[in-house]
Amino acid sequence: MSEAPVQSDLRDPEARRALMSGVGAEPGSAKPDSILTVDNIVRQFGGITAVDVDHLEVQRGVITALIGPNGAGKTTFFNLITGFDRPTSARTGANWSFDGKRLDKTSASSVARAGMVRTFQLTKALNRMTVMDNMMLGASGQRGESLSVSMLRPLWRTQEREIETKAEELLARFKLLEKKDDYAGSLSGGQRKLLEMARALMSDPKMIMLDEPMAGVNPALTQSLLGHIQSLRDEGMTVLFVEHDMHVVRHISDWVVVMAEGRIVAEGKADEVMSNPAVVDAYLGAHHDTDLGDDALLQEETLEEKIQEYEAEALAEERSHDHGGSASHEGEQK
Amino acid sequence: MDTILSILNQSLREAIAPSTAAVVIAVIGLNIHFGFTGLLNMGQAGFMLIGAYGFAISIIEGLPLVVAIVVGLGGALLFALVLGIPTLKLRGDYLAIVTISAAEIVRFVGRLSALEDFTGGALGLRGSRYQGPFLDLSFLPDTSWTLSPFNYRDTFDGSGVVRGLAGLLFIGLVVAAVLLVRRFRGAPAATSGARWGRVGAVVGLSLLALLAIFFVFPITYQNNVAQGWWVRLVAWTLVGLCTLLAALLVRSPWGRLLRGIREDEDAIRSLGKNVFAIKMQALIIGGSFGALGGIVYVLPSTVQADSMGRALTFFAYTALLIGGAATIFGPVLGTVIFYGGRVLLRETANAYVPSSIMSDQQTETFSLIVVGVVLMLLVIFRPQGILGDKRELRINV
Repeated sequence: MSEAPVQSDLRDPEARRALMSGVGAEPGSAKPDSILTVDNIVRQFGGITAVDVDHLEVQRGVITALIGPNGAGKTTFFNLITGFDRPTSARTGANWSFDGKRLDKTSASSVARAGMVRTFQLTKALNRMTVMDNMMLGASGQRGESLSVSMLRPLWRTQEREIETKAEELLARFKLLEKKDDYAGSLSGGQRKLLEMARALMSDPKMIMLDEPMAGVNPALTQSLLGHIQSLRDEGMTVLFVEHDMHVVRHISDWVVVMAEGRIVAEGKADEVMSNPAVVDAYLGAHHDTDLGDDALLQEETLEEKIQEYEAEALAEERSHDHGGSASHEGEQK
Repeated sequence: MDTILSILNQSLREAIAPSTAAVVIAVIGLNIHFGFTGLLNMGQAGFMLIGAYGFAISIIEGLPLVVAIVVGLGGALLFALVLGIPTLKLRGDYLAIVTISAAEIVRFVGRLSALEDFTGGALGLRGSRYQGPFLDLSFLPDTSWTLSPFNYRDTFDGSGVVRGLAGLLFIGLVVAAVLLVRRFRGAPAATSGARWGRVGAVVGLSLLALLAIFFVFPITYQNNVAQGWWVRLVAWTLVGLCTLLAALLVRSPWGRLLRGIREDEDAIRSLGKNVFAIKMQALIIGGSFGALGGIVYVLPSTVQADSMGRALTFFAYTALLIGGAATIFGPVLGTVIFYGGRVLLRETANAYVPSSIMSDQQTETFSLIVVGVVLMLLVIFRPQGILGDKRELRINV
């Protein structure tokens, strides 16, 4: 594995473009260096199939966006691969591996320990704990978290200080340092998103999965969030994120995966995938060309035509009534 | 005046009774469950009862004291495992349902006449059958003793003025300690030296206050009888140790995990922590405190299933809420106030309400009614309890 050179290369947009240009723009295409590979994952809620993904690979070291209209199954898919939900196809061949490790039979916590950390669509800041405590919880491998060691402060004090320093650095980067002793519940919505992201970074994940990071965040903060996501990629982290906002997606993602009705319908580079007919269909419906509110009606000639048509129809109807009517009249006359 | 003093004296006696100390220990366990981890354990009395039965039956069967205590605690561990394995993966409410029913099951099994040879059935186990080994441990001389040895009787021939002044001093010290704690909460200490200074100041004031109250109300007991000083000494020493242990636990990274789980399990799971294991550990630790409380509870009295029924669980919750959930000293303060206050109410009603309006039996019930009303007012107007942090509760989760 020649990871280091690949990572340094990927800071350069051209290098990323070159890397992804060899990838076929069809659903489930193979990537040069896939960090997450998902196969045959199905989740049904009663009769509804929420997710049905045959194959998906996520390229290491780039930003991949997962987009799709409401109800496409993006969040469910997220929950499945991070262990927060179990696929219906668990016994019939569902499997996915992350960085060479099979993850399909493990819990959410082991997924996170493997290096794939997620955030939530509805931010899960731990409200009645301080910002610092929130951050400290994110660190992995803490000795003091084992019950037997926890009572002996000298055994974990040094590690605790190291973690605190790291947390302060991350907080400074996300501009939350001056809030570190405040309760997380007193932060604004956007700050909580930042906190959640910073907390996820405490464990040095290989891949970070962001579920709608921009939802409910004001435009100014969106810019800084985008900057943070890009800088994560530049540090060699793989980012997979769910988003509605097309502008955001186009702006930062190197690769886009489109889901609709539980399936992956398209993949491709951000600027190309938007024009893919499957994507247009997914967002606008397959019959989006068929104009339901016909503008032609506003033209005078057509309007007259329509009126004539309508009158003709009305006349025909009247006649048929007349026929019926005359029939009864005939009966009377007889 | 004499009536008032006698009422206060009785209330103080109840506040330092071994049964109060026992409930404090159980409330410390409940605080780990409910206050820190957010586990709604509605069967703490069940844990207490299991500890008490395990302890008493072991001694009656001839096992040594240490083994008997281990049996009691081990019983709580098994009980916690049995309760936790099916319910901790489910939503919190299920644990509440399971624990309250399990505690009732334990109580009814204890009352079974088929088990009379072990548990004594509904009558229970007399204290004299298992108190021997514990009382033999006492190193106190076989006399009676007064707390505090230096009291108002020694000064100015027991002058009422000195007594009154000491009473005022007690109130002043308590108020000063409370104000100090509040002031400190506003601004966190900068250095660890400053932090220890603050702790020292508060502890010093509290000790002085204790001295003052026992100066005003000297209390005399025999040393080495079932209801004597020995059992009080052991019980309150255990309270101190348990408080210390709980403080060490909840101020560690492990305790941080507990609070994280209380706030949002899924978030903790997403950070790679094994939530189920930690909840199970918390349930076992808190349950063991409960069992230890149960052992202490029966030391001066009898093992009687009905004395540790649902009511005791709810008393424990009331005490916890009075003191402040998720605080270190809340359980101690809350339980002492709860039991002392209950006796105060009952005796006041006994003394001043004519028995044509309220009989002695009714005053007992009356004191419980008032406690219930106080609990409601507390939850509405001061949900953080006496020691809790208001900022923590202002945030609606």
